[in-house]
Amino acid sequence: MIVALLAGTALLLVLALAGAVARGQGPRLYAAAAIVTALSAVLALASLASAPATLTLPLGLPWLGWHFRLDPLSAFFLFVVDLGAASASLFAIGYGRHEEEPGRVLPFFPLFLAALQLVVLADDAFSFLFSWELMSLASWALVLVHHRDRESIRAGYVYLLMAVLSGFALLLCFGLLAGGAGAYGFAAMRLAHPAPGLAALALLLALLGTGAKAGLVPVHAWLPLAHPAAPSHVSALMSGVMTKVAVYAFLRIAFDLLPVPPGWIGLIVLALGGITAVLGVLYALMQHDLKRLLAYHTVENIGIIFIGIGLAMVFRAAAGEEAAAALALTASLFHVFNHSVFKSLLFFGAGSVDVATGTRDMERQGGLIHRMPRTGFFFLIGCAAISALPPLNGFVSEWLTFQAILLGPGLPEWGPKILIPVDGALLALAAALAAACFVKAFGVTFLGRPRSAAASAAEEADRFSLGAMGVLAALCCLAGIFPAVVINALAPTARTLVGAAMPTQSFFHAFVPWGAIIPVAAARSSYDGFAIFLLLVAVTGLAIGAARRLAAHAVRRAPAWDCGFPDPRPETQYTATSFAEPIRRVFGPAVFGAASAVRMPAPGSLSPARIRSALRDRLWEIFYAPVAGVVERLATSADRLQFLTIRRYLFFVFAALVALLLALALTQ
Amino acid sequence: MIGPPVIEALQMALVLLAAPGLVGIVRAVKARLQRREGPPLVQPYRQILRLLAKEVVLAENASWLFRTAPYLILALTWAASSVVPTFSTGLAFAPLGDLIVITALLGAARFLLALAGLDIGTSFGGIGASREAMFASLAEPAMLMIVVTLAIAAGSTQLSTIAAFMLSPAAGLRFSFALALVALVIVALAENGRIPIDNPATHLELTMVHEAMVLEYSGRHLAMIELAAALKLLLTISIIACIFFPFGLGLPGFAGFLVGLLSYAMKLGIAAILLGVFEVSIAKMRVFRVPELLGAGLMLGLLGTLLLYVSRGL
Amino acid sequence: MGLGFDIAHMLAGLMVLASFLLLYQDRLPALINVLRLHGFILALAVAWQAYIQSAPHLYIAAVIALAVKALVIPGALDRIVDRLGIHREVETVGGIGPTMLAGMALVALSLRVMLPITAHADPVSRQDIALALSVVLIGLLIMVTRRNAVGQVAGFLSLENGIDLAAAGARGMPLVVELSVAFSVLIAFIVIGIFLFRIRERFDTVDLAALESFRGERQ
Repeated sequence: MIVALLAGTALLLVLALAGAVARGQGPRLYAAAAIVTALSAVLALASLASAPATLTLPLGLPWLGWHFRLDPLSAFFLFVVDLGAASASLFAIGYGRHEEEPGRVLPFFPLFLAALQLVVLADDAFSFLFSWELMSLASWALVLVHHRDRESIRAGYVYLLMAVLSGFALLLCFGLLAGGAGAYGFAAMRLAHPAPGLAALALLLALLGTGAKAGLVPVHAWLPLAHPAAPSHVSALMSGVMTKVAVYAFLRIAFDLLPVPPGWIGLIVLALGGITAVLGVLYALMQHDLKRLLAYHTVENIGIIFIGIGLAMVFRAAAGEEAAAALALTASLFHVFNHSVFKSLLFFGAGSVDVATGTRDMERQGGLIHRMPRTGFFFLIGCAAISALPPLNGFVSEWLTFQAILLGPGLPEWGPKILIPVDGALLALAAALAAACFVKAFGVTFLGRPRSAAASAAEEADRFSLGAMGVLAALCCLAGIFPAVVINALAPTARTLVGAAMPTQSFFHAFVPWGAIIPVAAARSSYDGFAIFLLLVAVTGLAIGAARRLAAHAVRRAPAWDCGFPDPRPETQYTATSFAEPIRRVFGPAVFGAASAVRMPAPGSLSPARIRSALRDRLWEIFYAPVAGVVERLATSADRLQFLTIRRYLFFVFAALVALLLALALTQ
Repeated sequence: MIGPPVIEALQMALVLLAAPGLVGIVRAVKARLQRREGPPLVQPYRQILRLLAKEVVLAENASWLFRTAPYLILALTWAASSVVPTFSTGLAFAPLGDLIVITALLGAARFLLALAGLDIGTSFGGIGASREAMFASLAEPAMLMIVVTLAIAAGSTQLSTIAAFMLSPAAGLRFSFALALVALVIVALAENGRIPIDNPATHLELTMVHEAMVLEYSGRHLAMIELAAALKLLLTISIIACIFFPFGLGLPGFAGFLVGLLSYAMKLGIAAILLGVFEVSIAKMRVFRVPELLGAGLMLGLLGTLLLYVSRGL
Repeated sequence: MGLGFDIAHMLAGLMVLASFLLLYQDRLPALINVLRLHGFILALAVAWQAYIQSAPHLYIAAVIALAVKALVIPGALDRIVDRLGIHREVETVGGIGPTMLAGMALVALSLRVMLPITAHADPVSRQDIALALSVVLIGLLIMVTRRNAVGQVAGFLSLENGIDLAAAGARGMPLVVELSVAFSVLIAFIVIGIFLFRIRERFDTVDLAALESFRGERQ
């Protein structure tokens, strides 16, 4: 199995080479990548429940070799990676034609896919970090595809800095884990018993390193810049998949390589998750660039995932709470899957809109549901799923997270007892704001009247793009209607990490012949996606049927009523900014330091009234501005090195060599 | 003995039939308190029938979403109400979902309604959708905190289990429950767009929220929306009754069934009268005072959870 | 455990709730009314403690609380507000939302601190003390977030009510302590009252910002 998977990765590397050489073969290349990753997804799915398999290749460091391992954890994440990769490749067959500079995408896209797969399969620190950096660099190249755009350049710069930070933190973390003997294999790390303080430090470093990749607040600032800058299929991969690989890395280190960490680290993760979720969605609400909105929303979902992980860590640290830990972890993994599906779907939709109207600015769109009905329908499903509406998949994972939160007060310690319900409030706030956010995203983009000429002349996306969106939309529905299947499939992964799994959910349940999922006990809580779906279909049918039979059939089209004052100009509609204004007014002053000023013209004057509003990213000011200043200064001083004579360069090399030898002599 | 499927069918029919009547009672109470004659109790029924008989006037750029949303909204609200124990706890659909699922189903209905408000592209639709989204973003967390309070005390989010717990002596006289009740009433007022959050009777343009979203609807679509709104009112009252006043629920035998029905009718009547009295005696708030009220609801929910830790047996 | 506990818990919880109402109020007359309610609930809570502890001296404390905290001081404050003519809104520092959140965090903190260290105490006094600490902390928060001197006085008095609640809940607190506390509060109140008028005479306002600028802090 693992050999076949690695063969697939190798094929992707070949495709990357081909992409560098062959010109104008974009669709074929994407088709090949789609087939390879789809097969690899099937293989990963098949090995979800199988025993761990390992493989060592004579690559990398000579004494170490290159270790690979496929266990239920990596199989699950490999499935998520490959599902996202296959759908992105499928989408790109059509979408890639609209790319202005395909030569800057084609070599790096397969390379990025291969790197994503390698990270998940790696089983020693060297190969892991190598693949991790490869992933960062390939995606960095993809962010800089539109390299003439100032925004892209800034995004690329910030992204590179954060990638370096993340890699550095992980390097230190693995260094601590390897210990003095330098045991860089994951197998050796599992057996090692680091001192508690050291283990905690390593875990915090891992949280920093993986959080910086996943977009955890406060190390999230690069994400909403970088993700939208790339072409849409790459944005989908970065948001839907790469952040999940970061989650994988954290799970691997926290649950597999390290011994059970103390509960307070779990509480930190929990608190960070809650804050990330709320801040992410609030930032998302303030955006009017569709792709940036989606990127900020990724931050929110990462928060939800980390809430689940934090809960699992807290439960794992408590005695006898394995079942609760399994529930929290399953909820988190379920959300990993869900988010990768619907965020890819939404980015594809945003990409199609971008292609159709030539802009990502929502204020210039509107009414697209008439021009792009299928894209609109799939996008709507994505919006409903990400807003956690039943019976779609997003609801199930958030519901499971809530069920895990509700077990928190049963713990004996007071810290979690108090903090976990507060986190529940944050999660609920984030979920409700997410619904508002996606009413805005869908309503302003697809509904109403077109706000620009381009929007009124938009055309439906091509069939490959639609196919990719359709598959993902179907997955959103299926995973929501049959959640028991997903939960059961996640059982081996949960068992690997916390030593327990949620009770097996049988589709034909003892007391209801449907598909109810029961996290703890039937008297406590249950949710039946399938039955709710059937009920909704039946009741909607009944309502429509009754209306057909009883009501008048006449339909007359007329101008909009609008309380008697219809105004044909599309500017009179609510825009993205005005839709979010009430929420900005409620949360803005506290969270963003929002300020707005209204300038009314004097009575009788015909000049327009103006409202000016400004948001400040306080986290940026606190965390990033000082760092950026230091880096800027260092860079300026390093810049001088570029203009030295050859003799001086030689001197530097010589001095470095002597210094190293001296250091060696002194330490021996 | 009456089996769960029969009770379920009976309940689903009953709630749909009773919902407009409840609205009628509230209106009658308000009219009497304002010394008006007021419409007859059956007026909401007549209105729905009249709307059904009228032709639909659709805006020229209405999309398929606008036309299907009313049916889906009714369906979501109706499905949510099929899970709430009203006069009996033996519901066939009870395992379909807990209180969180009910909240989410209502949230889905609101999501669709807000989208329908944006579909025509009028300024009123936008104002309604945007304000509804703001209210919901505070009301839903408050609701969830109430759920947390109940779940800690009763060890369940399933409504029938909570009702059974509240009837048992273990429930006691906890202050947290009083806080949760107040918070739930605030949430219920916001969910249904009642005074002081929104005025269901107004067509004064700038104060509308719910009415602004449904402004473009007419004919059978409007009938569905009105029915769904009435059903939602009945549903929220039923949830409050089931959690905090579960008297007469879950008694055995046919006699118990009859007692349940009678007490449910009584609870609905009392709630309608209280709502009417409350709405007459209070003024509508400015829109931007509402977040403070809802925020207070959220705080009460949170405080209820915290205080539960120092209450009996925990 | 039983009804006695439940009612004691409810009264203590009501005091916390009244503290939050104080935190929420931004109009002086309403603030004083809530303060009156605060004192009234305190009197009830102390009386209930007297009943369940069968400690007759606590009845005296309850009567003092009723007289001083629910009647005399709020009445005097009313008159001060009347004579100073400050019926307008109190300017609070920071919005209502963050302040309420901070109050919530203080409640959580006091539960987190008090419950573990009183694990073996009698449950009635345990919850009483935990909630009393919340009332004290919220009282401090009120004092911090008010710009107006009268608002700060209200915060101080609610803080003192919290101390009284704790004293009543802790068994075996002698009456003399209660009495001296009540007296010291009364004296403090008189001093503050005199100061308020002095401040007004001198600066024409009781907004503390004026004092700060006088001291040169706001230049």
